[in-house]
Amino acid sequence: MTREALPEEFYQLMEDLQAVDFVLIELNLYLDTHPEDLEALKQFNTFAQQSQALRRTFEERFGPLLGGGKSFSTFPWAWKEPPWPWQI
Amino acid sequence: MAFTNRKTYTPFIGRYDPCQPIRVKTYETPPHLYLGFQPPGLEQFSPKEALKRGTLWKALYSPYTSPYGDYR
Amino acid sequence: MWVYEKKLQYPVRVSQCNPRLAKFLIEQYGGADGELAAALRYLNQRYTIPDKVIGLLTDIGTEEFAHLEMIATMVYKLTKDATPEQLKEAGLGAHYADHDKALFYHNAAGVPFTATYIQAKGDPIADLYEDIAAEEKARATYQWLIDMSDDPFLNESLAFLREREVVHSQRFREAVEILKEAREQKRFF
Ligand SMILES: [Fe+2]
Repeated sequence: MTREALPEEFYQLMEDLQAVDFVLIELNLYLDTHPEDLEALKQFNTFAQQSQALRRTFEERFGPLLGGGKSFSTFPWAWKEPPWPWQI
Repeated sequence: MAFTNRKTYTPFIGRYDPCQPIRVKTYETPPHLYLGFQPPGLEQFSPKEALKRGTLWKALYSPYTSPYGDYR
Repeated sequence: MWVYEKKLQYPVRVSQCNPRLAKFLIEQYGGADGELAAALRYLNQRYTIPDKVIGLLTDIGTEEFAHLEMIATMVYKLTKDATPEQLKEAGLGAHYADHDKALFYHNAAGVPFTATYIQAKGDPIADLYEDIAAEEKARATYQWLIDMSDDPFLNESLAFLREREVVHSQRFREAVEILKEAREQKRFF
């Protein structure tokens, strides 16, 4: 990634992902206390799929989001490049 | 009684209290105090709206603004 | 183990350089009812609580670390390019003398973080009641921070974190109900 200001698209894609992942966090906590709510569970799986697709789009454009081999890396090693979450 | 996020009370005002008295004081009573075990199928916000508000569940949304806003 | 994701839970923004607000926010970084205390409390209780609620403690504890990172981001942005003079004016002179602009796990009054903020009683009900109280106290802290902040963007992030405490409290209350095993008759399908 770059030391220059990030393009608008970065923020847009990031926020799309944050929104979908937030629904997942909420459904996850809800399911922890409502394990037999099938509708919520289906919604969880649908959003998990959406999240993966969005993450792939983001990563192709702006580099890996997950450490430890959960995301692929381009050459040279892209993980260590800024921006870190608090810098954007 | 209608649900409110904020309750009020009127404290005793002493004759020698040096600060300008606040006649009506408030405290917060957010919706989770009343919900009980969350029933299934409650209404949700859209993903973007949920992120903005901090919850997916409309019934758990609790807005907060400073109660001092009026006389700041 | 944990997996790190290069992304905040919520898009944190602040409108201006304002070290005074950073000084107050540090309460939720290293204070008694802050995000570090919350994360460590819940994750530590997992080892001695019935299996039914370990998942919830794991997930809320993990989310608290995401909140800790949000608070750090706010402090970082509010102080990033502030001069020592500005920090001094904001009441951060004593902090600067020891830490420069480094974050440190202490509360708004400068008292260092201590494990004594966190209880682990081993009694599941006592522990969950402590968790509910912790969520309500964190919610209150966010209220007092919002009361003192005049930064509209910062207040959006603080309102988000306050709302998360409401949801966490709700789930901990449900965890108590689950352990009471009193819900069999009002089970919904
Ligand atoms: Fe919390």
